[in-house]
Amino acid sequence: MTGVAAAARRWTAPPLIADPWLRRGLALGAAVYLALALGTLSVSWRRVWEGLDRGAAFLVGFARPDFVSRWVEISEGILESLVMTVVATAIGILLSIPVGLGAARNLAPRPVYLLCRGLVAASRTLQEVIVAILFVAMFGFGPLAGVLTLSFATIGFLAKLLAEDIEDTDPAPAEAIRATGASWLQLLNYGIQPQVMPRLIGLSLYRLDINFRESAVIGIVGAGGVGATLNTAFDRYEYATAAAILMTIIAIVMAAEYASGLIRRRVQ
Amino acid sequence: MPVRHAAGVRVWQRRARRRQLLVWLGWLAGTLLIVASWQGIAANTMWNFVWDAPAQGADLLARMVPPRWAYTGRLWRPLWDTINIATLGTLAALVPAVPIALLAARNTTPSAVLVRPAALLLIVSSRSINSLIWALLLVSIIGPGVLAGIVAIALRSIGFVAKLLYEAIEEIDRAPVEAITATGAGRAQVVTFGIAPQVLPAFAGISVFRWDINIRESTVLGLVGAGGIGLELQSSVNVLAWPQVTMIFILILATVVVSEAISARVRHAII
Repeated sequence: MTGVAAAARRWTAPPLIADPWLRRGLALGAAVYLALALGTLSVSWRRVWEGLDRGAAFLVGFARPDFVSRWVEISEGILESLVMTVVATAIGILLSIPVGLGAARNLAPRPVYLLCRGLVAASRTLQEVIVAILFVAMFGFGPLAGVLTLSFATIGFLAKLLAEDIEDTDPAPAEAIRATGASWLQLLNYGIQPQVMPRLIGLSLYRLDINFRESAVIGIVGAGGVGATLNTAFDRYEYATAAAILMTIIAIVMAAEYASGLIRRRVQ
Repeated sequence: MPVRHAAGVRVWQRRARRRQLLVWLGWLAGTLLIVASWQGIAANTMWNFVWDAPAQGADLLARMVPPRWAYTGRLWRPLWDTINIATLGTLAALVPAVPIALLAARNTTPSAVLVRPAALLLIVSSRSINSLIWALLLVSIIGPGVLAGIVAIALRSIGFVAKLLYEAIEEIDRAPVEAITATGAGRAQVVTFGIAPQVLPAFAGISVFRWDINIRESTVLGLVGAGGIGLELQSSVNVLAWPQVTMIFILILATVVVSEAISARVRHAII
């Protein structure tokens, strides 16, 4: 290689996708998709332009949140959300443990395994809001429908992760316990539980946090919680009140994340 | 080691008495909290409706099947809108998420005292508020339609993508960064050649993961008027057209399953 050629050569970083045809094909596909998607987008820009004033009003509302004029509704809504979160997480954990045990391949017989995995898959694919619509239709408006929705959603999250954790446990302690002639329950209690408990506690705390966030949403379809209050505030264009509710939610979520971080560090 | 003496025999215990007592108190407090919460819910529940629920459920099921297959023809356009909301919303979120992640990561932030907390606050605010609530807000500001949905999805995704990305940036190998800095590279060059190649696969994985979640979330945004198949769901539920609701559920489930499969394959290919 001559000096001149070496000087003309320029290093470039290797691309993320090595196959050049795949790379070009993906880029072309993405361009075609973007053109189609943006082309069929129906947006009334005038309406957007008119709405910008209201956007500004909302930002002003965030700067000066109004906790006072709807304080009764806000506090009742937040309290109901918190109460729903606690009960739903408790029920969800109680249901997730048997389902999680059943969905662990190394513990459960095949039919039980398939049944529990099916339940987990159903809970994970169905959106909370959709489940809430169905439960509201069955159980009527109110926090009970919300509790059932969140409990059902908790199964999909907690039971799946618990089952994966059980499948990842060290088989040696379980085998040792089994060799002493222990029953199935004793095997769980001494062979499995100590190995998965710290993670289960951490995941439950995390789910508590998620359930609170979700409880603020399902109120929109009538399943109780602060969502209904929030919906009303937006409908009346009371942005200062809406901002107050959102700030309360953010503050509670931050506090919960901080607290669960502390507890998880102590447990693990 | 905590040992209890019972009739002259030493019995091993897992915890010392004081600690055992604390554990029991914790359980007691937790149980009381749950019972009290449950009573709050029970007081706000119409039990007549609840005892009626099995009958209602059976009735609902009877109304929901068979699904109205002919209704599918009217659903393709809303479904296309839903997919666009999720995809364009994810793309729109990636653009601000990258600089926010760089400002939030401990090893790239210009100031750990001033800038980092601000970036973290942005991330938490975006993450704490569900996309449906963002949609509620945006429908009230910029009017109902697909755009409100796209912006709602984007606002919710910024925090998610930025959080996972900044965690990935904090975990990078220091050596390449140091080597590139030693060549006299500027800040932007260090990011381009030292940091970007290390986090690019994670970034692609996070984006596809979030896109998958967004498909799921965008299916219900229409409930508050933010476009997509949720609009049809809302109008069908409002007129109690349950066979149409079933049809929409089937389509949503199929879309979610396909998007999850795509996301799993892409992430598998990257990692």
